[in-house]
Amino acid sequence: MLNNFATLDEERGFSFRNCKRNAQLVANGFIPPKAIKTGTTICGVTYKDGVVLGCDTRTTIGNIIWEKKCEKIYKIQNNIFVAGAGTAADMDGMVKWMRSNMELHRLNTNRKIVPVITLVTTLSHHFFRYGGAISCVFLIGGVDNNGPHLHVVYKHGSKMKLPYATMGSGSYAAMTILETRWKPDMTEQEAKELVADAITSGVVNDLGSGTNVNLCVIRKSSSEKINGYREICGNGKRILDYSIKHGTTGIISETIKKIELDVIEEQIEKMEVE
Amino acid sequence: MDAHLGCDFLDHPVSTGTTIMAVEFNGGVIIGADSRTSTGSYVANRVTDKLTRITDKIYCCRSGSAADTQAIADIVSYSTYFFENQNNRDALVSEVAAEFRKFCYNYRDTITAGIIVAGYDDVNGGQVYSVPLGGMLIRQSCTIGGSGSSFIYGFVRENYKEQMEKEECVEFVKKAVFHAMFHDGSSGGVCRVGIITKDGIERRVFFAPSVDEKPAMTPASVTVR
Repeated sequence: MLNNFATLDEERGFSFRNCKRNAQLVANGFIPPKAIKTGTTICGVTYKDGVVLGCDTRTTIGNIIWEKKCEKIYKIQNNIFVAGAGTAADMDGMVKWMRSNMELHRLNTNRKIVPVITLVTTLSHHFFRYGGAISCVFLIGGVDNNGPHLHVVYKHGSKMKLPYATMGSGSYAAMTILETRWKPDMTEQEAKELVADAITSGVVNDLGSGTNVNLCVIRKSSSEKINGYREICGNGKRILDYSIKHGTTGIISETIKKIELDVIEEQIEKMEVE
Repeated sequence: MDAHLGCDFLDHPVSTGTTIMAVEFNGGVIIGADSRTSTGSYVANRVTDKLTRITDKIYCCRSGSAADTQAIADIVSYSTYFFENQNNRDALVSEVAAEFRKFCYNYRDTITAGIIVAGYDDVNGGQVYSVPLGGMLIRQSCTIGGSGSSFIYGFVRENYKEQMEKEECVEFVKKAVFHAMFHDGSSGGVCRVGIITKDGIERRVFFAPSVDEKPAMTPASVTVR
């Protein structure tokens, strides 16, 4: 079961063939498209019986908010969830990869639950092979037979096991809350409030994070995803009626002209309706 | 950098700034390290364990790029496990060190890894091997590594003695690591110490002396009241 650390798989790896061409294009004045990033504040906290993961819901391209209510916490197995930060495309690709790999592992080894460390090891080795080209970081939280675990995996392949962690552009803000208030053996409610407060701190203080706080609680025999645990930014309520009424613009005269069309070909395709 | 909206740490690879050391003593080896992992100027992990298990009685101290050293330690740990299984005996410290050297030398252009391998085996007792950047392998009875080590070369030269007793050696390693942590920005947190003997490893954690305490070294020009 040797992991392919140093083997080069020509078909499946990244192709860097166009890098020279791209560099020349940029030098000649071409403005490359910006990647969609998930600015983000994500955090995770271990408590007495499990793990709580939290995230904000904003996706940005440069300075534009691309998505106000996006999903950053993903289920990998019933007992393992990940929260991701970084380039959205890389995150989505890696989540698909994680899901299929962990399910295949579970079926091949006939295990009831996949240990969290399995995902951490395979993911970090995968990132290492790609030398940091896959631009995303993950917070991996889960509960297995050895208790609750929280790990962080960075894009170059380094991993850390921590009792609480934050990632993303809002991580500095969220970490202040966790460093002040985390304590071992918290209750589930305390943990949820702590994570929600940490994400709120990120949402309020960081431009790359916003809108809502989503939570995910993972316990020994159940897990729960709570979307919109806290709504921080919402559309304001309109006080007056701003619609334009008929007759606002005066109509001076009206002319109706029929446009004659020649029917050349008529094709009727039956629509498949279930 | 507008593109990252302030997440400066995404631009820098994770490195174990570090102070690591290993010392042979009467009965085995003692390994010590700080606990700080930094990404640029942000401390990504203030409770890192840089003393990584290869086998029950052979550990390595990692410095350099966190990803590179963790990956190499995983590979060597696995190939040592396979070796022990196939040869039906425990691996020697020199064999593990040679395996580290193999990777660190062959990939010396692409990785940044400064590793100290230390452990106990029945053939040669406690041994310390140093595998610095570039992939050299050398056995030393006392060795230091990482960015913080530059500040304690003098201290170590002055205070190291061959074949110290266990507690004396623990004190020596602890003091050395704290001195380095005091001066080096990339080292900090707690001092983790491991004592490896024929009975396995005993781990200890030491917290930095309180700031209220009088500093261990006072400049000559200041009168202490």
